[in-house]
Amino acid sequence: MDISLKNVEYRYSADTPFERLAIKDVSIDIPSGSYLAIIGHTGSGKSTVLQHLNALLKPTKGAVVIGSREIKAGRKEKKLKGIREKVGIVFQFPEHQLFEETVEKDICFGPMNFGVSETEAKRRARDAIKQVGLSESILEKSPFDLSGGQMRRVAIAGVLAMEPECIVLDEPTAGLDPRGRKEIMDLFYTLHKERGLATVLVTHSMEDAARYADEIVIMHKGTVLKKGKPLEIFSNPEELLAHGLDVPEVLRFQMKVEKAFNTKFNKTCLTEDELTDVMADFLTGRLPR
Amino acid sequence: MMEKMIIGRYVPADSILHRMDPRSKLIIVFLFVCVIFLANNIWTYGILVLYTFLMASFSKIPARFLIGGLKPVLWLVLFTFFLHLFLTKEGAVILDFGWFKVYEEGLRQGIFISLRFFLLILITSLLTLTTTPIEITDGLERLLGPLKKVKFPVHELALMMSIALRFIPTLMQETDKIIKAQTARGVEYSSGPIKERLKAVVPLLIPLFISSFKRAEELAVAMEARGYKGGEGRTKYRQLSWAVADTLMIVGLLFVSILLLVFRG
Repeated sequence: MDISLKNVEYRYSADTPFERLAIKDVSIDIPSGSYLAIIGHTGSGKSTVLQHLNALLKPTKGAVVIGSREIKAGRKEKKLKGIREKVGIVFQFPEHQLFEETVEKDICFGPMNFGVSETEAKRRARDAIKQVGLSESILEKSPFDLSGGQMRRVAIAGVLAMEPECIVLDEPTAGLDPRGRKEIMDLFYTLHKERGLATVLVTHSMEDAARYADEIVIMHKGTVLKKGKPLEIFSNPEELLAHGLDVPEVLRFQMKVEKAFNTKFNKTCLTEDELTDVMADFLTGRLPR
Repeated sequence: MMEKMIIGRYVPADSILHRMDPRSKLIIVFLFVCVIFLANNIWTYGILVLYTFLMASFSKIPARFLIGGLKPVLWLVLFTFFLHLFLTKEGAVILDFGWFKVYEEGLRQGIFISLRFFLLILITSLLTLTTTPIEITDGLERLLGPLKKVKFPVHELALMMSIALRFIPTLMQETDKIIKAQTARGVEYSSGPIKERLKAVVPLLIPLFISSFKRAEELAVAMEARGYKGGEGRTKYRQLSWAVADTLMIVGLLFVSILLLVFRG
């Protein structure tokens, strides 16, 4: 299922003194099975874009196409549930949405809202809880007795159990420790690779975007500043830095090395391994044996 | 979803009403609530309507926004109207459907009482629209100051009020956020049968309660960490200043009250 935003504009509190233009003229394509990262500062409009992906917000101008449905500005839309079943959103701090007595009931809540039977929902809950790296014994516990990291995983399991075709992640690792962060990001990457789950990652982290995404969109002041493959985006780091945006640490290190040795490597490196290889080649060529 | 509500909201602008001392605004609203009961005929209601609209125009708040924001309470006003229309059985019959009659007094009462209701809401909205919550509590604390002599906890009351008011927007945001999260999990808040919609309140209220308690605790700790220990000996950063305009506004309302006394039937 493809999703695409066509010249989307969104104004908050339209027609009141509080009216605020959040995004304008945003066009993004998310083909099925792709991994897209949306990066930008706080207030750049990335969360607004995200909420258009399953019609939580309807554009004030332009259109959003989700699979076979088109959500157009200025039209009343009914029966949006079908869209929401296919596009799951993991909001920032998703643990705030937990409410049931047991973890199992909470994970089953989403699927059962979409008409899945109780037995099937429970099967999905067992699946999902394993996927997020927790043991089945946790299903019987109250979500409020868990640690913050566990609650986060349970909330994510609640979205995974809906078995969406596309999953949208709004800074899923905010507030986690470095290890939990890597585990969660790897989990989503595995799902993306193994099941072909289309993934949209909204993040501040250039590292995560560079490491996982096939395609990156950079938002700036409500518009799309740049979009392309990670290598294209980061091949011109000066432009990003000029807009106050960061570049991955590896790339920053590469730039420093290039400057120190007064040279230019023939490759933009986005992972430690790549940079190690490039530098090894460079240094062996330079150093006397 | 609640972005069009204006009750309890502050709209920054530079107008006479915005610049007034919160104490005088509070006195005026209180006085208005009392004198509105003096009105009992077309002339006196006319004066009140005129007065309210004059105040609204002083506030420099766009009329369209003001009316739009009052829409939700309009239902309540309409309800009051029909209640009086159907239940008052005095005076001449103006409409006769056989099984049901509309009496002259009923129509009169309906119009007047719902108008009174509407004016009250408008005036109090004007207060909150032009005064920041902090100003309102400051003003209230000062006005109630004399009660301290009889051991009334004025400062604590004002603090409770300002905390409550301060967290209204936060709570609204939180509500909005959780509604969105649960909508994404297949709950329908804006359509579907009433029974389903009532059931949908549970996944909204529980997270809200939990986060509110958590926040209250954090706030208490933060206040204690910064050495808060009640109002004793506490000075104010924002000083209230009573200007000539404040006195004039109160005199204006007193004048209106006299007019009401003269013209009431």
